Amino acid sequence: MSTSLSDTSASEINKALSDVRRAHGGLTAGHVMTLIMITDGHGNGPEVQSTCRTAGEHPSRILVVRRHPNETCVGLDAEVFGAGERGPGELVILDLSGELAWHAESVVVPLLIPDTPVVTFWPGNGPDDPSADPLGRLSQRRITDLAAGDDAPGRLAARAAHYTDGDTDLAWTRLTLWRSVLATALDDVYSHPTGGVVAAEPGNASAELLAMWLSARLGIPVQREESTGPGLTEVRLSLPDGEVTLRRTDGRLAMLSSPGHHERPIALKRRDLSELINEELRRLDADDIYAECLATIRETETREGAQ
Amino acid sequence: MSNPLRDPRDKRLPRVAGPCGMVLFGVTGDLAQKKVMPAIYDLANRGLLPPGFSLVGYARRDWANEDFAQVVHDAVREHARTGFREEVWSQLADGFRFVPGDFADDNAFEQLCKTVSELDESRGTAGNRAFYLSIPPKFFPDVVRQLKKHGLADPGSPDASGRVPWRRVVVEKPFGSDLTTARELNRLLEEVFPPHSVFRIDHYLGKETVQNILAMRFANQFFEPIWNRAYIDHVQITMAEDIGIGSRAGYYDGIGAARDVLQNHLLQLLALIAMEEPVSFKADDLRAEKEKVLSAIRLPADLATATARGRYAAGWQGGEKVIGYLDEHAIPADSRTETYAAVKLELDTRRWAGVPFYLRTGKRLGRRVTEVALVFSRVPHLPFEATAVEELGQNALVFRIQPDEGVTLRFGSKVPATSMEVRDVNMDFDYGDSFAESSPEAYERLILDMLLGEPPLFPRSREVELSWEMLDPIEAFWATQGPPEDYPAGTWGPDSGDELLRRDGRTWRRP
Repeated sequence: MSTSLSDTSASEINKALSDVRRAHGGLTAGHVMTLIMITDGHGNGPEVQSTCRTAGEHPSRILVVRRHPNETCVGLDAEVFGAGERGPGELVILDLSGELAWHAESVVVPLLIPDTPVVTFWPGNGPDDPSADPLGRLSQRRITDLAAGDDAPGRLAARAAHYTDGDTDLAWTRLTLWRSVLATALDDVYSHPTGGVVAAEPGNASAELLAMWLSARLGIPVQREESTGPGLTEVRLSLPDGEVTLRRTDGRLAMLSSPGHHERPIALKRRDLSELINEELRRLDADDIYAECLATIRETETREGAQ
Repeated sequence: MSNPLRDPRDKRLPRVAGPCGMVLFGVTGDLAQKKVMPAIYDLANRGLLPPGFSLVGYARRDWANEDFAQVVHDAVREHARTGFREEVWSQLADGFRFVPGDFADDNAFEQLCKTVSELDESRGTAGNRAFYLSIPPKFFPDVVRQLKKHGLADPGSPDASGRVPWRRVVVEKPFGSDLTTARELNRLLEEVFPPHSVFRIDHYLGKETVQNILAMRFANQFFEPIWNRAYIDHVQITMAEDIGIGSRAGYYDGIGAARDVLQNHLLQLLALIAMEEPVSFKADDLRAEKEKVLSAIRLPADLATATARGRYAAGWQGGEKVIGYLDEHAIPADSRTETYAAVKLELDTRRWAGVPFYLRTGKRLGRRVTEVALVFSRVPHLPFEATAVEELGQNALVFRIQPDEGVTLRFGSKVPATSMEVRDVNMDFDYGDSFAESSPEAYERLILDMLLGEPPLFPRSREVELSWEMLDPIEAFWATQGPPEDYPAGTWGPDSGDELLRRDGRTWRRP
């Protein structure tokens, strides 16, 4: 049973959280972090649900911030769910109206769990510079999702320009399995790739990042090709004695072939949002490899700008 | 040449085993179907198996590859921890092969040779193979000799880059039934496989909560200073099962609780709790400390007062009427096998001198629970009225291994009221059920470590021998005594078990 509070304050919300906890016999999971989720608007139900599921692996207090700056009245409404109601963690949905919408941090700060990490997640169009955002500034880790909005290439360039340690993007997270398979494929190859191709449906930010990663790590030119998807569909690396190819056309099962080997099937599923967030929350330190990819993008921009 | 796509700073990339295949002996067994096959699927589902990973089943069954695949499929469907996904299945199923034959059949082993070579070719397993012996120990000699005879265990020839393919063998407990048989087994295995290629699975060591003992002890500042005889009164290690022997009569009778559980799981837990800080968590350093502490175990002089054994009699357990051990199917009426064993051990080290370690295990006990409890000494002086601390016990730190994985700290706290009254309270850290859900199962962790060739979690032959050196005298003493003392099913064991602590002025925790 949730508690609805209208025209409320952070201290009343804190009281409601401890009341809910008492009503459940005082049992809480030992929360390991506070997760702030900025949805702005009402239509993010599925994203909130997916995020709540991640509390299974990362017991956390989830604060969903919905800002309504165009409302005429200024005020705070909240709905408080105890652990176990919408997932294993606690969930507070905050509606900030009027002028208060511009001061969300004043509501969030008193609700952070003491002395534990804070993660901010923008499931929609996140800010170009997450670490400058008032809510982003509160957190060790800032998760955005280039795939959720439009103009992915433009926003990728903006993220690269503003990168700060702790920034990360789900477009990068989506690549982990691909990168793992490609690294494994090169484990038993003894020559150095001379060039590569990454194919994906148009506007796919993950494909850009993958091309940057391959190009930066291998020091080779990597071409981009467009395909009909879904998502990433193919990576080819040319070798002196053949080609490593990883091809996935159905978003689930890929085929890997490399010189000297028969083609082998390998499961390469497009993972759902809660799996991606789970991976993100496992590590809260800066992702150096992601930072290097963004640095490559910055360099490319500078070079192209100079020409 | 190092792989430029790998970077130690790239912590997202999982440790994926290199190209390899596994030959599973005993595919019809309980363990293979409930643990090994599901663990392989779960590893594949988590993206931790190499492309082309292959599984060869070997058993005396008239099966084709498809029949074997069906058996694995059913096992995975029923017991895997991660959801079933068709594409993961297709990745794996492509590499399933079955070789029919018994363990003495030379033709069948020739067929096995051909099969693994064919897989090297078609699936790219690169000659790396693990032989998983999920079979009763009496068949080990046959299988191991056959592997040698047919060259399956021979080190392979180096490939283009000079890498020599590996061969590994995996065995499950029991590692012998006494020191002599354990040594025979070690000799047998190590005649054919070098010691670093023998992986002994004690699945307890694969559990997150067991590995957390090391994290708790050595990553924190405030436990280690009190981790010694100055602060700790005694240690209790309990592994209780609520089930009876079920269908394991053939294995269990004549073995008993001490050999089945105490010699391996409980002594490994003792080693992790009592050992000194290893120089690093590398296999050799870790094992050196474990061996050191195991070799410091001293049995009390009088085994009659320092051990207890029992046997469950008919009774009520958790609301169910259950039969006694002697009434179980296929148990002889004159059986002297114990289903409950408790011992008191001491360690001859500066850290632990005078601190008894009480170990107990049993079947049909009060509930299913495994825990390690460090019970602290009482404070030297209590500045309270005697009536205020009547209900204050000893402080305790408890590692809950299973179920409800976590850590409990027990200490005294003032009861809220106007008078001063101190009572014991518990502070709990829970991994939480759902938290543990996504953590890999012990078998997944161990099979992956074996494929990666990382041995820290596997006991070495010396550890096994040391633990038999501890148990053999106790078994010999018990053999001179009458049958074990009966205890009603669903209770916490025989009176002699409680008496073991009462004699020292202590009591078992009710776990």
